[in-house]
Amino acid sequence: MIDSLTQFLNEHWDVIISLVKIALLVFIVLTVNAYLTWFERKVVAHMQSRWGPHRVGPHGLLQPAADGLKFLLKEDPTPAGVDKFTYYLAPLMALALALTSIAIIPFGPDPIVVFGHKIYLGIVDLNIGLLALFAITALSVYGVALAGWSSNSKYPLLGGLRSSAQMVSYELALTMSVVGVLLMAGSFSLRDIINVQAIHADRGLFAWNVFPQILGFICFFTAAVAETNRVPFDLPEAESELVAGFHTEYSSFKFAMFFIAEYTSMITVSSLCAIMFFGGWLSPFPATWTFTHYLPSLILIPFGLWVIWDGIRYETIFGRIVLPGIGTVITVIGAVLIAFPFINEFIQGPFWLLGKIFFFLFVYVWMRGTLPRFRYDQLMAFGWKFLLPLAMANIIATSLIMALRG
Amino acid sequence: MQLALFMIFGGLAVLAALNLLLQRHPINSALSLVVVMMSLAVLYWSLGAEFLAAAQVIVYSGAIMVFFVFVIMLLNAGEEERTTGSRAAYIVGFPGAAAIFCLLSFVFLSERNAFGSSNVGGYLNHVTSNISEVSSLLFTKLLLPFEVTSVLILVAILGAVVLARKEQ
Repeated sequence: MIDSLTQFLNEHWDVIISLVKIALLVFIVLTVNAYLTWFERKVVAHMQSRWGPHRVGPHGLLQPAADGLKFLLKEDPTPAGVDKFTYYLAPLMALALALTSIAIIPFGPDPIVVFGHKIYLGIVDLNIGLLALFAITALSVYGVALAGWSSNSKYPLLGGLRSSAQMVSYELALTMSVVGVLLMAGSFSLRDIINVQAIHADRGLFAWNVFPQILGFICFFTAAVAETNRVPFDLPEAESELVAGFHTEYSSFKFAMFFIAEYTSMITVSSLCAIMFFGGWLSPFPATWTFTHYLPSLILIPFGLWVIWDGIRYETIFGRIVLPGIGTVITVIGAVLIAFPFINEFIQGPFWLLGKIFFFLFVYVWMRGTLPRFRYDQLMAFGWKFLLPLAMANIIATSLIMALRG
Repeated sequence: MQLALFMIFGGLAVLAALNLLLQRHPINSALSLVVVMMSLAVLYWSLGAEFLAAAQVIVYSGAIMVFFVFVIMLLNAGEEERTTGSRAAYIVGFPGAAAIFCLLSFVFLSERNAFGSSNVGGYLNHVTSNISEVSSLLFTKLLLPFEVTSVLILVAILGAVVLARKEQ
């Protein structure tokens, strides 16, 4: 019995590990999404001199859970006159494609070795990784366009039309802006793109692609923000003109699916920025500075102590129990990293990658807090007359320099 | 594995193509066409042509079909109306299509050795990363057709500009 079980496990190890990784990644991404909404509301609130959510749980930390419950328990009406099949298909497509795209991101350089099997952090490592990502991005227009059309209502239709026009226009600039990076790496694989930046690891952050490819980065980030329909390019859901754009007729969990899809694609775009232009899991310090490996602990321990200190003075009893608990966990993690050097070495890559992803997510929120929305004609003119020529100029310049250097 | 993929996605492609003809609403037909394109991409992938699969999805499902859907939405096209069609098509249609199918498959099967001359089929099978193979082939042996195609697309762009320009 046990023998046949171990034999079965050994034969189908790859499939089982992939399934476990997929389940884990979906769970993590959904949780991160939930707390991303909390983070966004909190940061934007503080930028506007407000408190943000702070009623549900200490510092509003249980607000995402309350929102999730609200989405699940609300009535889920289907408006009369919608095209039923397409109406249900659209949010499914949006969410499924957004979640699929994150499977291609590698989250760390070294595999975890369990029972002699290597488990890499990341679900698949395709040698056409970036192309596959762009293929998924190209399909994500359908979610928005079909939602707008199938609702059988004025505002969603206009919102859907606008949005698909915007996404198609910016997709060109998005795809062309990364050609420079691809030329320098000579590969579509995200792992290879990071490894090429690691050749001059002694130069630290000056080895990253962002310095030779600064134009490409500006193009990529702008186009990616437009592609994810975020401020200042959130024309599809300009509430003063279009109510809520393409998802006006969606409520309850179908709306939540669009919401989760939007935040997931924010995570994907942030990961891509970090991987292609900012060295992925590479440290910004030269590889010889081994003392910088204590940086994760140096950040975690003071932060954990601050959470404890803040927690014991919190006004509710629940907060006085929970916050010091969280703080203790964070401090202990920091201490464990110092105590076990092999864990610390392993955590370096994921630490820097996650740190960079977090930075770009903050930039997204920052822009939402500061920038006004574009007008529609400005948006189109910016995309076609500025970004696209810039991306082409970047390709020509990069290939010229590479050809001259040989 | 490859046979299973072929059975599933080949069957899916045929079913979706039939659905494309039978559906009466243009959006449903367009979505069926997307399913056909995606199934073809999976078939390319299972043959080892990863680049071709990704390009198929990006260009056909991503760009061209999005424009189809976009135009259908913009014109707000309703359900099509059934007509009996012309008498000639009614009589000769099916036998004619069958005859053309037989002729084409005869030509393709008898001349199949001649199609391998550009080596695309040969290269796709073994190489794990075939992007460089495809591109070097495009820019050396197949340069003339490649450039002619780009001129053709340029002509189409010029045509669009002429049509869209406002009257002076």
